[in-house]
Amino acid sequence: MSGPNIRKSPARFTIPKLTYRVWMVWHRNFDVFTKTIKVNFLPSLLEPILYLLAFGFGLGGFIPSIHGQSYIAFIAPALVAISIMNGSFFECTFASFVRMYFQKTFDAIVATPVSVEEVVAGELLWGATRATFNTTIVLAVVAAFGLISSPLFLLVIPVAFFGGLMFASMAMCFTSVAPNIDFFNFPSFLFLTPMFFLCGTFFPLTSLPTAAQGAAMAVLPLTHIVNLTRGLVTGHLEPILGLSPAALITISLVWVIAVAVFFFILSINLMKKRLTS
Amino acid sequence: MGSSEVVIEAKGLTKKFDDFMAVDHIDFKVYRGECVGFLGPNGAGKTTMVRMMYCFLPPTDGELNVAGFSVHTQCREIKSIVGVAPQEDNLDPDFAVIKNLTVYARYFDIPKDVALKRADEQLKFFQLEEKREVPIVALSTGMKRRLIFARALLNQPQVLLLDEPTTGLDPQARHLVWDEVRRLKKMQVTIILTTHYMDEAEVLCDRILIVDRGKIIEEGTPVELVKKHIGEDVLELDYDEKLRATLKEAFPDARFERLGDRMQIFTDKPHGVFEGFLKEHPMQNVTLRKANIEDVFLKLTGRGLREE
Repeated sequence: MSGPNIRKSPARFTIPKLTYRVWMVWHRNFDVFTKTIKVNFLPSLLEPILYLLAFGFGLGGFIPSIHGQSYIAFIAPALVAISIMNGSFFECTFASFVRMYFQKTFDAIVATPVSVEEVVAGELLWGATRATFNTTIVLAVVAAFGLISSPLFLLVIPVAFFGGLMFASMAMCFTSVAPNIDFFNFPSFLFLTPMFFLCGTFFPLTSLPTAAQGAAMAVLPLTHIVNLTRGLVTGHLEPILGLSPAALITISLVWVIAVAVFFFILSINLMKKRLTS
Repeated sequence: MGSSEVVIEAKGLTKKFDDFMAVDHIDFKVYRGECVGFLGPNGAGKTTMVRMMYCFLPPTDGELNVAGFSVHTQCREIKSIVGVAPQEDNLDPDFAVIKNLTVYARYFDIPKDVALKRADEQLKFFQLEEKREVPIVALSTGMKRRLIFARALLNQPQVLLLDEPTTGLDPQARHLVWDEVRRLKKMQVTIILTTHYMDEAEVLCDRILIVDRGKIIEEGTPVELVKKHIGEDVLELDYDEKLRATLKEAFPDARFERLGDRMQIFTDKPHGVFEGFLKEHPMQNVTLRKANIEDVFLKLTGRGLREE
């Protein structure tokens, strides 16, 4: 931050300068979270159990198998992926908005040596942490149902963190432009809900027309998270668009990391613009 | 009173929100250990000025240095030595009182044990000890304001920014805040204070800047300002056409102002000129008082109400 021109264009797009103070913001959220840990535990635990019972045993009884897997084994990794998406997205939309807008917590923090960029980055890392926490519980439920068939399944935890960071950063972009809290109904219904159904979650992506498969691979982040969790939990991935499982895993991993980095930087810039003008 | 060392300096400081000029090319200096009051009607630009001092808002143009650091490039340095008590309640409702202070201290890198010690000292001084473990929602407005003040002192600031610190306080709590401001002044802490209470500014401030429509329209010590703009005494009495004429004759140099069914007569003549007149013309509902900063404020900024 130097040069005389900066003061006339404070909203210029920059790579945020971050220090260890990011963790002070993370720590604040962590402290609140541990205070209410029992309440936080419950939804992450109950939801996957209900899904596995209803869709796995209930609906699954009518479905012989998908790619040689039972239906319940097919949807289990998708539930893990969905918990990554929901955990971080809701944290950095509704919860971040409450802290920013109603509680004015961000205003209080930026009066200290912590910068606006660090506040937002701390929120994003916290969103990723929330996703990791939720996902670990869902993974434990999936394991308890005996639906893990790959020794690589523990790698889902780092995937949850980076995937969580990606969704948190996208969520924060919506937060940066949200005029009020009801606004988040738009991304919830227009972005999350379609992904929930269409990203190879409850039926194989290959059942969709080729163009739709291409679109899902190109722009829908959950597709890539599902590819990764399904590969790591079951050790089995069907080719999509003629791509081998190894190619799919590589593409999805690179896609998630690249998009996470892009939106991480973008959301910090957008939030800085919102908070300092 | 302050020393000759400049702690805050603004040159051509400007803040524009879209088309609204909130702060319009202002210049001022604040010296070490000084308490400077920013007085102005609602929307005058006081809070915006304060917010630029702790890098909450970047200036649109101009220079602003705090303790030798520029708000354009050295925010981290500035924020580590500044204490801020903002106007709005931004206490953390997710934590109890003590945790509000210790979490806030953590943002300053203050070690845990030191933070806890300082937090308890502050709670004691501001008479919030009994509320130590209470959630923020259970505090009264006055308690919240005191906690915000206490929080601003955790990093032992060299510069303290108090944006309407006593709004909503009862007289007891107000005096507690005043005592603390005086104690901090003795410790050579530089204090910027915005307030709507003129008596507060008069009692606490070494110097007053009167702000209106984004500009500093007058500055000086409270005594200087009163002397310059109002004079010594003010006579307040019921409005009466005839009486007004008599008074005009008796005090040709005095300034007259009508406020509904009352009128005020200001004089810069030495103390006691009105006494003789009152003896000759005994009447009811008369107040003779010393001129004060509120008279100055109303004269300079007018009596019209300002929208928020």
